[in-house]
Formats: sequence, C-alpha cells, structure tokens
Amino acid sequence: MRVAGARTRTHTPNWPTRCPGISSLTMDPECSQLLPALCAVLADPRQPMADDTCLEKLLDWFKTITEAGSSLLLLQGNPCLVELLCHMLKPQDLSSRVLAFSLRLTGVLAAQEDCFQYLQQGELLPKLFGEAGPLGGAAWTSPTVRSGWIQGLRSLAQHPSALHFLADCGAVDTIFSLQEDSSLFVASAAGQLLVHILGLSMPGPAGGPPSLQAGDWPACAQKIVGHIEESLRATATPQITQALNVLTTTFGHCHDPWTQVLWVRLSPLVAGLLEKDPVPAAHSLVDLLLSVARSPGLSSSSCGLWETLAQTLSHLSPTQAGPLALGILKLQDCPQALRAQAFAVLLQPLACVLKATAQDPGPSGVLDGIVGDSMTADMLLPSKAACVGLLCRTLAHLELLLPLPQRPCPWPQAPLLGAAVTLLQLCGGSARPTSDAGRHLCALLLGCVRVQRAALDFLGTLSEGTGPRELVTQVFAVLLEYLRSPDSSPTVLKKAFQATFRWLLSSPKTPGCWDLDPHALLFLRDLLPVLQKRLCSPCWEVRDSGLEFLTQMTRHWGGQAGFRHALLASEVPKLTEQLLRDPESYVRASAVTAMGQLSSQGLCVPPAGPEHPGGQQKSLLAELLHILSTDSEGFPRRAVMQVFTQWLRDSHADVAGDTEQFVAGVLQVASQDLDWEVRAQGLELALVFLEQTLGQPRSHCPCAVTPAVAAPVGPLAQALQPLCRVRLFEFAFRALFDCDRPVAQKSCDLLLFLRAKTASSGSLQESRSSPHVASVEAALQRWQAGDQAQPLGDLEPEVVLAVLRSLDLEGLQGALAESSDHVEKSPQSLLQDMLATVGVLGGNEADCY
Amino acid sequence: MKLYCLSGHPTLPCNVLKFKSTTIMLDCGLDMTSTLNFLPLPLVQSPRLSNLPGWSLKDGNAFLDKELKECSGHVFVDSVPEFCLPETELIDLSTVDVILISNYHCMMALPYITEHTGFSGTVYATEPTVQIGRLLMEELVNFIERVPKAQSASLWKNKDIQRLLPSPLKDAVEVSTWRRCYTMQEVNSALSKIQLVGYSQKIELFGAVQVTPLSSGYALGSSNWIIQSHYEKVSYVSGSSLLTTHPQPMDQASLKNSDVLILTGLTQIPTANPDGMVGEFCSNLALTVRNGGNVLVPCYPSGVIYDLLECLYQYIDSAGLSNIPFYFISPVANSSLEFSQIFAEWLCHNKQTKVYLPEPPFPHAELIQTNKLKHYPSLHGDFSSDFRQPCVVFTGHPSLRFGDVVHFMELWGKSSLNTVIFTEPDFSYLEALAPYQPLAMKCIYCPIDTRLNFIQVSKLLKEVQPLHVVCPEQYTQPPPAQSHRMDLMIDCQPPAMSYRRAEVLALPFKRRYEKIEIMPELADALVPMEIKPGISLATVSAVLHTKDNKHVLQPPPRPAQPTGGKKRKRASEDIPDCKVLKPLLSGSIPVEQFVQTLEKHGFSDIKVEDTAKGHIVLLQEAETLIQIEEDSTHIICDNDEMLRVRLRDLVLKFLQKF
Repeated sequence: MRVAGARTRTHTPNWPTRCPGISSLTMDPECSQLLPALCAVLADPRQPMADDTCLEKLLDWFKTITEAGSSLLLLQGNPCLVELLCHMLKPQDLSSRVLAFSLRLTGVLAAQEDCFQYLQQGELLPKLFGEAGPLGGAAWTSPTVRSGWIQGLRSLAQHPSALHFLADCGAVDTIFSLQEDSSLFVASAAGQLLVHILGLSMPGPAGGPPSLQAGDWPACAQKIVGHIEESLRATATPQITQALNVLTTTFGHCHDPWTQVLWVRLSPLVAGLLEKDPVPAAHSLVDLLLSVARSPGLSSSSCGLWETLAQTLSHLSPTQAGPLALGILKLQDCPQALRAQAFAVLLQPLACVLKATAQDPGPSGVLDGIVGDSMTADMLLPSKAACVGLLCRTLAHLELLLPLPQRPCPWPQAPLLGAAVTLLQLCGGSARPTSDAGRHLCALLLGCVRVQRAALDFLGTLSEGTGPRELVTQVFAVLLEYLRSPDSSPTVLKKAFQATFRWLLSSPKTPGCWDLDPHALLFLRDLLPVLQKRLCSPCWEVRDSGLEFLTQMTRHWGGQAGFRHALLASEVPKLTEQLLRDPESYVRASAVTAMGQLSSQGLCVPPAGPEHPGGQQKSLLAELLHILSTDSEGFPRRAVMQVFTQWLRDSHADVAGDTEQFVAGVLQVASQDLDWEVRAQGLELALVFLEQTLGQPRSHCPCAVTPAVAAPVGPLAQALQPLCRVRLFEFAFRALFDCDRPVAQKSCDLLLFLRAKTASSGSLQESRSSPHVASVEAALQRWQAGDQAQPLGDLEPEVVLAVLRSLDLEGLQGALAESSDHVEKSPQSLLQDMLATVGVLGGNEADCY
Repeated sequence: MKLYCLSGHPTLPCNVLKFKSTTIMLDCGLDMTSTLNFLPLPLVQSPRLSNLPGWSLKDGNAFLDKELKECSGHVFVDSVPEFCLPETELIDLSTVDVILISNYHCMMALPYITEHTGFSGTVYATEPTVQIGRLLMEELVNFIERVPKAQSASLWKNKDIQRLLPSPLKDAVEVSTWRRCYTMQEVNSALSKIQLVGYSQKIELFGAVQVTPLSSGYALGSSNWIIQSHYEKVSYVSGSSLLTTHPQPMDQASLKNSDVLILTGLTQIPTANPDGMVGEFCSNLALTVRNGGNVLVPCYPSGVIYDLLECLYQYIDSAGLSNIPFYFISPVANSSLEFSQIFAEWLCHNKQTKVYLPEPPFPHAELIQTNKLKHYPSLHGDFSSDFRQPCVVFTGHPSLRFGDVVHFMELWGKSSLNTVIFTEPDFSYLEALAPYQPLAMKCIYCPIDTRLNFIQVSKLLKEVQPLHVVCPEQYTQPPPAQSHRMDLMIDCQPPAMSYRRAEVLALPFKRRYEKIEIMPELADALVPMEIKPGISLATVSAVLHTKDNKHVLQPPPRPAQPTGGKKRKRASEDIPDCKVLKPLLSGSIPVEQFVQTLEKHGFSDIKVEDTAKGHIVLLQEAETLIQIEEDSTHIICDNDEMLRVRLRDLVLKFLQKF
C-alpha cells in the first residue's frame, strides 16, 4: 500500500497577522488607477500580450465584479473600458486574443439590461457583434475570435432585449453556420449557444404549455426549431449529429413544459432516422433518447418515447445499442417489457460467448433464448478489435448495473458467472471449445489483456451475489489459474488478486465463526504456494500486489485459526520479512504495511537470514525504526509511520512495553524527515499518544471535543509530564512553523485540542511571566523566522501551557486555511503583473511566482 | 526441383534440396530424444541405478533382463545411449554437393554424414556456429566417453522382440539405424570440411546457384539461407527469433519475393511465452534458495544460458541472493563463456556498442569477476572443494541421461527442498525424469524457446509473401494435445505443403527461364526492332557455349577462308554465305477482322469454328480451311496455289515481320 499525495510546498504564512482577502468584490481604488494603463496596453497592437491566462484571469475578475454589482456603474466609473471597446472597432492590426477578450468582456457587461441599453446607445453592440464587426473582417479567420464572439453572445443573452438584438443583427444565422466550424470548440460552443437562445426565447414554467402551432412560438424559437428540423431531414451525418446534440443539451438542461411540445413535434423526425441503414449518428441519437427519457419535464408514456426506445434498441448494432440498453436499465420508471428488451441486448455478447463455447445458458434461463437461431456468435467474430471492444464494454456496463437498486430482477447470476469464467478461460487458453465458432473466439481472445482485466473486474463484482457451488468452484479454479500462470501480466495479476480477495470475503461463513469456510481453506492451501512464488517475482509490481493481497487477507482473517495455521505453515511470513529489504521502494512500503499487519496479529516469524548471522535477531520494531531513519525513499518511511501509529493505537506488545521510549524515538526521527507526509503522520502518532495519556477516547475531529466532558486522569501537570518526556511539544511547535502547510495545520489542530483539554482544568499555576516562558517564546519566534536550529530543551508542563495560551492558534489556523497563493491572486497583483510584462511599470514591483 | 526430407523432427531438420544441377543439404540435425529410452550414465557408481531389476516379459521370460531395466514402471535400455540419425537410404548422400548449416543445434549429425557416407563436398556455416557447435559436440563426446560402458544392447532392437516391449520402446522408430556417439576424431574431421561464411556473403555454387546466409536472430551466428538462381529464389528459414535477446536481429527483408520458403525450426512450446517463463524461472529459483534448497538447471553449455545469466545478474541483488553461489559445470564451460564475449559482430546492437566502451558484452563476465558465478569442467577437482550449499548449478545434459547433471539428480533428488528447473525445450521433462522416480525434489518446467511462434510466423509470411510455403507436417495442424487451438498452426494461402520423414516432395514450381550472356561483338551486331512500345526483338545467330553452368552466346565461327584460286573464289560468290533469311513473324490474328477482310476480298460463305487450340475458318465455297492456332497457321486448300498465296498474303497482313 502506498501513501498517496504529492509534496505541496507552500510559502511560510505571515503568522499571526492575517492577510488581505482574496479578491475584492468591487473595484478598489488601486485597481481603478491601474485600469486605464492596462486598457491602453490592450488597445495598443504594438504591445503583444504574451500570456492568455492573464486575460482569462482578468475576465474572471470582471465577472466577479459584475455578478456582485452594477455593470453600468462600473463602466461609468471606468470610462477607459468603453474606450477600449470602441477602440476595437477601428480597423487596425489587433491581436486576436485581445479582440476575443473584448468581445467576451462586452458580453459580460451587457448581461445586465441597463448596461446593455447603455452600450446599445453608443451602437457599440451591433458594431462589435454585427456584420460591421470582426464578423466580416480578416480577424474572423481566427478561431479564437469566433469563439470569443460566441462566448460574448452567450454571456450577453440574458434578457428579452438581447433576444431582439440577436434577431436584429442576424446572429442566429451566423450561429447556425458556426455549428459546422472547423474548430471543434467553436462548433460545440455554437450548439450550446443555440440551446441557450432557444431556452431564453421560450416561456418559462409559469408561462404554461405553449401550443403545438408553429405560429404561436416566438420567431427566434421557430427559426431554431426549423433549423433543427431541416438538419434532421438532411442526408449528411454531421448535420444530423449537430441537431441531435443541440436537442440532447436542450432536454438535459431545460425541463420546462415547452420541451415536451418540442419533443412531440420532433420525435417523428427522430424516429425517421431509424429507417435509414445504417442508422446515422447513432451515438448522438442514443444520447438524445436517454436525455429525453431522463427529463422530468416529459411524460414518457404520452409521447411515444418507449416505443421509439424499443425500436432503436432493435435497429442499432450491438456495439451501438449497449450504452442505450444500460441507460434504459438505469431509468427509474420504465415499462418492464422495454427493460427486458434492453437487458437482453446488454447480455447478447455474453450469451454468444456461452453459445459459441456450447455451454448451458444456466438454470435461470435468462440468457436462454436471447441468442436466436439467426443470431450466432458471428456478431462477435468480425475482427479482434471489434470483439474485444464489445466484450469489454458489455462487462463494464454490467458491472455498473450490478450495484444499482433498479438492476434487473431476477439477476442471472449463474449464467453471468459462467460467462465471466468462460471468457477468462478463453483468454487464458484453458478453454476447450468444440465448435468452430468457439475455436475462432478462442484464437481472437487468447492472451488478450483488456478482456482479462475487464472480466476479472466483473468477476470480482459478481462476488456480491451467490452462485451454485459448482460454479463457485470453477471461479476459484480460474482465479488460481490466473494467479499461477506465468503469462499473466502484472495488471491482470493485480486484478486476479483483488477478485480472489472479494470471492474469499463472500465465501459462506459458518454461523458464529468468522473463519474461512472449509472450501475456502482448501483453496488457501493452493493459493499460498502461488503467493510465495509471486513474492519472489522479478517484476516489482507483482511482488507489490502480492503483498497488498497478503495485507488484506491478514487484516480480515488474521485472527482466525484456519487462516493462521495455513499461513504459518507457509513461507509467506518469512518472504515478506525479506521484502523489507527489496530494492524497489514501493515494495518495501508494502512489505512494511504487511509486516505491521502480520505482527499485529502475531503472525510474524522472528527475522533470521543471511543479514543476521549468529542468531543475532533484530526485532521487527528495530527493523522498522531502521527503515524510518535510513530509507532513502519516502514511501517506506510513510508506511512505517502508519504501522507505528496503528501499533500505538492497538497497544501492540512491542510498543506497550515502553511506550514513552517508543514515542520519543519515533518523534525524534520523524521530526527530521524531509518528507512532509512522514512529519504529518508523526503528528497523528503524537495525537494518539496524547489522547491515551490524557485518557480521552479517540474522536474523529480533535477540535470538536467539548472541554466540559474532558476529565484528565489525575492532576494536569502530572498528566502532561509524559508528553514533555517524549518531547512531544518540541515536535509539535516545530511542526507549527513547518514550511509544508498540511503539517502546520495538523500541528495547529493538535495544539488547539490540547489547549481545549487543559482549559477546563484550572489546577495549574499560571506561569506566563516566568523567564523560561519568555525564552521559549523567543525561540519560537526564531523558528518562525526560519531558524530552527536551536532546540527548546526540556519543557515543564507549566511552561508549555503558558506558551500554548500566548500563541494565537486560531489566527494561525485561519491563515493556514487560506489557499497558498492568496497573496498573488489579488486583482491588483494581476494588473500589476500584466503591466509589468509589457514594461509599463517601472522597477520590479511585480510578484514573481 | 525436389526436396528430400531426411528428418522427422521439425526443429532438428535435415533436408536435401535438388535445385538446378546442385544437391544441397539444409542442416543436419541429430534427434537425441532417442537417448530418453536409455538408462542414465552416472559419473559416480550409483547403487540405485545398478540395482534396478531386469525387465521380463509377461510370461516371465527374462532373456532381456541384461539389456532392459525397470524403474517405477518404465523400461530402459541399459546400454550406451544411441542417437536417431537422419535417413541415409532416401538419397545417395555422396552426391550431396554442399551442406548449409543454420545454427549450432542443427549440425550435431554432421560427423555421421561427412565421415560415413562418402560425402566429398563442402559445409558452409558462420564462425560462431562452428565454434559453439564444436563445443556442443565436444561436450557430448566427453559426457559419453568419460563413462565407458562395456555393454552395448542390441537384442531388443530385433523387430520381433521390439514388438513385445512396452511403450515407448515398442513405438521407437528405426531403432536399427540408431548409432552410438561419434568420436572426437570424427568431429575434428567433420569440422575441417566447413568453410566459414559471413552474413549476406554470396557464395557461388558451380555457377548454377548462389547461396547467402542471413541473420536469423535465434542464436550466435544463426542463419537462414537464400538459395537463388537468376530467376528462382528459395528461402530456407530455420530456427529464427524476433525477440530481443543476445544475437543480431533477424533479417526479414531479404526473404521477400521467394518462390518457395522452407520453414522449419519454430518454437517447440508455442503456448509458453519466453518472458513469462524467465519470470517463472527466477521466482522458483529464489523461492528454493531462500528456503535453503539447491537449484539444478539442466542446460546446454551455450544459448539460452547466456540470457538466463543476464536475467539473474539483474535479479539476484533485488532478490537478496547476492551471496548464493552459481556454478556452471561443463567440459566446455570456460570456452563457452569466453567465446560469447568475442563474437561481438554477431551480437545485437546493444551488446555491440558495449564492446566499443570497452565493456564485455555479456554481464556474466562481472558475475565471474565477483565470484558469484564459478565454472568448472566437471564436478571432479576444484569444484568439490569450492562447493557450497544452497547453490544454483547449471549443467548438462538436458536429457538427464549423461553429463554431470546425472550426479546432481542422484544427489539432490531425495530432498523436497531442492528444485530442478527445466529450461531447454528439446526433451519432455516427464520422460527425462522417468529413470529418477520416485523423486522428492520439486520439478519446475519453464521451457524457454525464443524461436518463432505461430503469430510471428503469420506476420512474417504476410510480410515476405512467398509463393509457396513448405514445412514439416507438424506445423499444419494444431498439436494433438490441443486440437482446439487453431491458432497453433500455419495459416497461409495457398496452404503450406507439408513433409514428413523419408518423403520426397516435388516443389511446386517450374523453372522457365535461364540467363544467357551475349558476347559484346555479337551484341553490337544486333538490330532490334520495336514490335510493341518497350519491346524490341532482334534475330541472332550464334553458338551457345556452356561451361560451369554459365551460358554464353558467341559469334558463329566464320566459314573457313578460301585458300586462294580465283575459281574457288568465284564459286563461293555464287553460293552466298547465308541464305536470304525469311522474315520472322509475330503477332496474332484477330479472327473477326480476318473474316471481314476475307469478305472484303470477295470470299463469301465463311464459317468460323472454335477449336481447343484456336479457330478454323472454313471457306465453304472454295473448299478451303484456314486453321489458326496460337503458334501456327495452316492454309489447307486443294492444289490451288494461287488461292493459297492470296490467302497467305491476307494472313500476313495481320502479322509483323522483321
């Protein structure tokens, strides 16, 4: 097992004073001062903006401002903005980025109707978005500009005036043509914009259902729907795809009553597509039908949707119908007959596999009859790629379906198990098909890693159900075959281990006993030699998955006699111990975790071997401490810290002997570790020790503990003594100023928890004024400044408490909660940066990040 | 063109190709599986083997009990092991002109052929093939000669007696031809007949054909061969590999455009992937050693062992096996390890570049330097004093019938801590182990065969597109134990021709052209005439001169000069040197147009009949037949010369003259 997480190095927070907010919601004066200069730079074609992301950030900032306040006031307060927009109308050699930015900015500003009117007065909008603007010019050849034009309109189209504007300037026709744009981004955005305009032009939910008569619809909506109808009648697939995509988005986003009317009007055209052979744009058609079926605004039964779905299922090829079938089965309310049809479509490929290998389709008979006489395994056989793709998708679909409450009932568990096992046998070469189709299938699938992975995943998921004993025996046999096979790739092997664990988990339990059942124990006897061999594999991924599997098994059955007996009789514990010295760090980490688990369950054999001649045996604790202090890689050290924390929590025998010495030793090593996760885990261990020492049961959130309930065992000073002896405070204070934010946060939480605990107890003398406290505070300030060389020395509980109270832990917590770049994210900083890059600002005032 | 198939073993082929006027033997592999029927030859007296009970017939007749011994239900011949030779009766082997060797495993029968059949030709092979082949032969001779066995069993070979024996002895083929191992003297004599060749070198055989070795990627110096004349090309593909191991990669491109591709030496274990097997080998080795057991690897002294040592070099440190000794015991161990390092030009690119660093191409040099790998000529001598357990021993022979491996089997067989790992694919491991039963030691079968598998063959055939494929019959159907595996056979169009032992195949193509050179002065005198764009013809009168299978057109000898005398001269002037040559005709007669022409010239009542070879135009009125065939036209008319000439001129209008 690996401890995930990237190292996130952050700036030292300005503790304890708080930093200014991320971004102000209205424009502050500093920004207003910088804005004219920036607009001048943007308008100047000789000053190229090197970095697009600045423009994106700038636009985000404007959006934030306009969402919080009036755009009109913004424009009036900053005339330079209008000047910038007007400047765009002059014929000149402007960069397409700046032009696109201006179009988008105009849209953002004009989203408010009063501002829209204001801009209209100056004829700015038609000039920017109409024929006179970039639309007719050379700039239009740049996809950036076309995209900016669409996005500008998308922002702008928020009110009825906008609709009139769009109609007046003929924008809708341009949008139609942009649906076929060579840039996919532009084409897709055009489709989205159409959906938005359609939604805007139609009456809302309060408006009541519109009539079916085309004449009653708003002109703009009529135009768009007419265009969609025309596209659906087209012969070219791209055009049909565009229309279907627009409709899919419409039904996905808008559930107003008019959508039902729209569907009733368009469904005959959609159904007409099914009459073509092959069905054009099948994927988009499936998306649309599912989008309609999921739409709460439509009453499916009344508009013939179920019939269309059934018809589509029977018209599409198995590859195309799979996603539709899955979508239908996921629907909450759907006629039983359609569900049965969809399920049959989904099961078809597996039924073909069973038929090709001449297997009994199973007692439940659900797969029986799916493969009619006309349907043969030929559908699987045209090519390896098609066959593999179809099977993998089918398995993935069924895997998704299995855990859902609306999964088909009865669930054909036994035939599906049979199909998964057969597929694995076909891929592994152990199947013995007798028919030609079976032999052909065998040749196609042999050694196919993709199908193996998908089938193993699916088999693992099937472990949640039961199966006839005979089939379960086959499942274990095929899993063992995969675990044994020298040809299993590392990823396949990992999945085989996972599936095996799941099947072992699901094996029937003897009532009142958590041990493995006799069959599983028999299987274990075969499995352990395989595991042994895998732990010696030259491939590190295999050793690693073997160890993970061992850890999982030990965690579940480590306490059970049958498992213990089998494991101790094998070489597995000894081999695991040897892997602590594996050259691969991931394997060492997994070995540490596995050994920690084995040791917790008393399943460790004393290490012995060439490294420990003369019977000088090193305890596992010493071995792990050695890894913690010397291993060059982070993963094994993190794993050791986790094992130690668990051991402390469980009062492991090796720890319970002298807990204080253990904790002191571990914290000392952990505090010097370069890996922040090790230090953070050290704080976790410190917290466990702290809770145990203060007699507080573990709670998930240390800060949530109510101080009133806290009742330290004995006087507080006495209780804190052990913490001082293990130098827990020095560790925690050092962590408080850690350059990695998560460590500092965790330490802050720990100290807050401790302060809350001690606050309730007034038994301790206030010693704030003692010279010792002052020296500690001075040392902490040096630490904060980055000089952490000087140790704090022995601390008395009283001094600790005094220092705890004097620290502004809450302030620090707040500062740490800010994102690491909050200083650099301020709009002022952004404007300064943009100006600095073009050299408008003198000096080097810009943030360098 | 004929192919005589002298061996039935697909990976140890021995075929003879008769091509033009040459007789070429392709490989001479020695089938050593026959030795599995014999008792092992122990280096040290083995009480167990010497006390095995004699075998007697069901009726209690024990006349064979000296020759046959029984061990755990199997019967073995107690004699010096014998080998199954290639067929010697199918073709007179003294007529073989050359022998082409493709790799060192496929030359083990060479002394039998070159020393005992009257063979007087040349053997061609690459240098590593010869050197390592010599090592293999030397080891074999050494293994057998150092354990002299007085007894030589022959009674059991009697056909009537053999019939009474249990399987597999009963089913052994051609036992009467089985021979004992050759001597070192014979080996030396055989090897002296070899001429060394390099890849892509063109070797002329009597001017008739040219043979060229190509890298086959399977072993050091291993080759495929191209045998071609000017218009025909036969490719002989023997053990080849597309995997990246130590040898130079396979040259596929040169195999293109073959008329016939003879395909042998595919992997013997098509279901075992070499990579998986190497992993399996390492895991089992580590598992055994970690448990304090010893590992025995029966192997040849060259070949896969280099790759295994390289894998172990990378693996032992990671598996914590650095202090486990690896022993390589063979009479030729030292030479084998050293030879491998000096054949740089025959190695894969990676290893070649190492030589320029300079570093030894194989890492086993470092294993030897650090004392992790030690090698000994035999287990006597230094080995016994250095021997430390647990350890890993690589030694021969993979058949487990002779060599130091026999001793280790006897020594370690009783403990279940030890493991024997079979990596060589040539022998069935179960049969190899039969005389050691009951056996407590663990047996692991990881056959590593890097030769082409059927998927690779199918890609290769698609790539090089030979017109015809010829292969052993075993490759044309799935293995008997896996009859459902249609993927484990050669699938090509047209279907491959198959052969079996002692069969003669007529290869399915006819030679249609021969190259002839024209002397320059003769060529100068030619007057070509273009009959079609790009095609010109010229008549030539010359003398065809053939020597060493090369054909040359020389100017015809001038008539003897007159020896003076005016009369004679005049006489010669009267009779011209050459007759006036009739023009040569070419082209074909389009029947319909011909009929139209006839009609135009006043012939009527014309009937056309189709015949098998052409057409007959019947002029009924004139009672005349015109028979038009591909290469002749006859006008049959009744003594009407005028009519015949008229018709002839009409026919000639359609033909070109030059």
